[in-house]
Amino acid sequence: MTQVDVRTPVPARKASPDKRRSRRSATLVVGCVLAGLIALLALVSLIWLPYATDDTSGGRLAGPGGGHLLGTDKLGRDLFTQVMTGSRIAVEAGLGSVLIAAGLGITLGVLAAFAQGWLDDTVSAFLDILIAFPTLLLAMLIVAARSATLGSAVLAIGLAQSAVVARLVRILVKRVLAQDYITAARTSGTSWSRTVVAHVLPNIWPTLVVNLALQFGLAVLAEAGLSYLGLGAPPPNASWGRMLQEAQATFTTAPVGALAPGILLVLLVIGVNLIADGLRDTLDPATRKRRA
Amino acid sequence: MTAEPDAETPVPDTTTPVLELADVALRYRGGADNVVEDVSLTVGAGHSLALVGESGAGKTTLLRLLLGLARPTSGQVRFDGAELSLRDREQMRRFRRSVQCVFQDPYSSLDPRRRVGATVAEPLRSLGIDSRATARPKVAEALERVGLPADAADRYPHEFSGGQRQRIAIARATVCTPRILLADEPVSALDVTTRVKVVDLLAELKQEQGLTLVMVSHDLSVVASLCERTAVLERGRVVEQGDTAQVLGRPAHSYTRRLIDSVPRLPV
Repeated sequence: MTQVDVRTPVPARKASPDKRRSRRSATLVVGCVLAGLIALLALVSLIWLPYATDDTSGGRLAGPGGGHLLGTDKLGRDLFTQVMTGSRIAVEAGLGSVLIAAGLGITLGVLAAFAQGWLDDTVSAFLDILIAFPTLLLAMLIVAARSATLGSAVLAIGLAQSAVVARLVRILVKRVLAQDYITAARTSGTSWSRTVVAHVLPNIWPTLVVNLALQFGLAVLAEAGLSYLGLGAPPPNASWGRMLQEAQATFTTAPVGALAPGILLVLLVIGVNLIADGLRDTLDPATRKRRA
Repeated sequence: MTAEPDAETPVPDTTTPVLELADVALRYRGGADNVVEDVSLTVGAGHSLALVGESGAGKTTLLRLLLGLARPTSGQVRFDGAELSLRDREQMRRFRRSVQCVFQDPYSSLDPRRRVGATVAEPLRSLGIDSRATARPKVAEALERVGLPADAADRYPHEFSGGQRQRIAIARATVCTPRILLADEPVSALDVTTRVKVVDLLAELKQEQGLTLVMVSHDLSVVASLCERTAVLERGRVVEQGDTAQVLGRPAHSYTRRLIDSVPRLPV
């Protein structure tokens, strides 16, 4: 019998994916710059603020300039100080919610994917109900049970998002479990727990991480919404949502008070979404640059 | 029956079949009928077996039973003469080491996010045979055996063609030197020329490694060249089994004759 020669070299990568990759890494860079800017503000706010958060010495609704970079609000508090603490609260809200959503959602989703028959139906129905349950109502219940703090808001957002993440994870895991490489892992003697860690999670990770970044942006927006309604972090720690609410009445005369938190909110959410987009491709071996 | 069989030194035991199905029936949960019924098959060392039949005849289900992936509703799956118990870890470990599988679709059977080396090493690592370091030379040897370049271990599956991927799958299935290789339509997803090469490779492994093949196929020409014995399945039942030459040459059952007649031939 002749040994067939299959040692033909694998064809070199075409040029187009390279071009696509460099564009992708550009989105990653832009995203990192935007989100990094906010993260930097948040970090600096931990060690230094231009004014104390309850310092009302600035005079009402002063314009930008002078001792106040962005001016002051209607109580005479420095707006830049508020924007900085707002950055911290936004980043905390995003990270906290996503941590809760990822921890609960991935665990529940993986378990749900392994469930079969009536258990599978029950879990899916439960997740659907949880998703249909309004986040706002959940937040109000939690605030009523605890108190209006950032923690309550984050808990409410995280819980609501964990249902969304769990449903996504369940579908993604089911799709992976149907692949032959899972059966191959079983016939290779790989345990289920090891299969989940070695095969399932790496294969759902690209889609999941993009979704989690999206959830981060949504959590930041949701926290701003809850703060706007007075269900978020209490004064004197300014959240962007509460800044928007307070600046609403004076928007025509002192627009900076609403524009500053609004613009930063948009920049953070866009930045995080760009990071998600860039990450997806750097995580995929099919488009990842081969280390020569 | 012989004494406790020892997987570490796989001595070809000709008296006890390695794998055996005894009056096996399987009904899927919620299904009305048995998918396979009353099936008895034996796989002895050196007697490669082909399972042929139409789509839906229960070939793949039988393979799942033989792989210990499904529990029969009634009847027994026996490994080295003892009933296969999916809960018996020690027996399952010996079983997994002795019985490996190659799947139909080489695109679905390799984890796209793992390097080929890690994929091929998986049986060695999961069965606790080797550490990462001691697995490496065996992986290189297995890749060499299936005719892949040495640097294949560091690459990802998407860099390989369908035929090469099936070679990788064969390398994974043979790296822990199993006695039996189950193959579920191993060449049906490949184009004709690649198909011939992979069939040649399987024949080579069969001779050089002393592998016993259990092949599910609807391609009778592949069966004829690789397997000594053939079992014909129709709607979950074995309607005919025996030596391949006899079954294909002088089919006794009308269904077998129909199968043979349905093979497309080039007008000569």
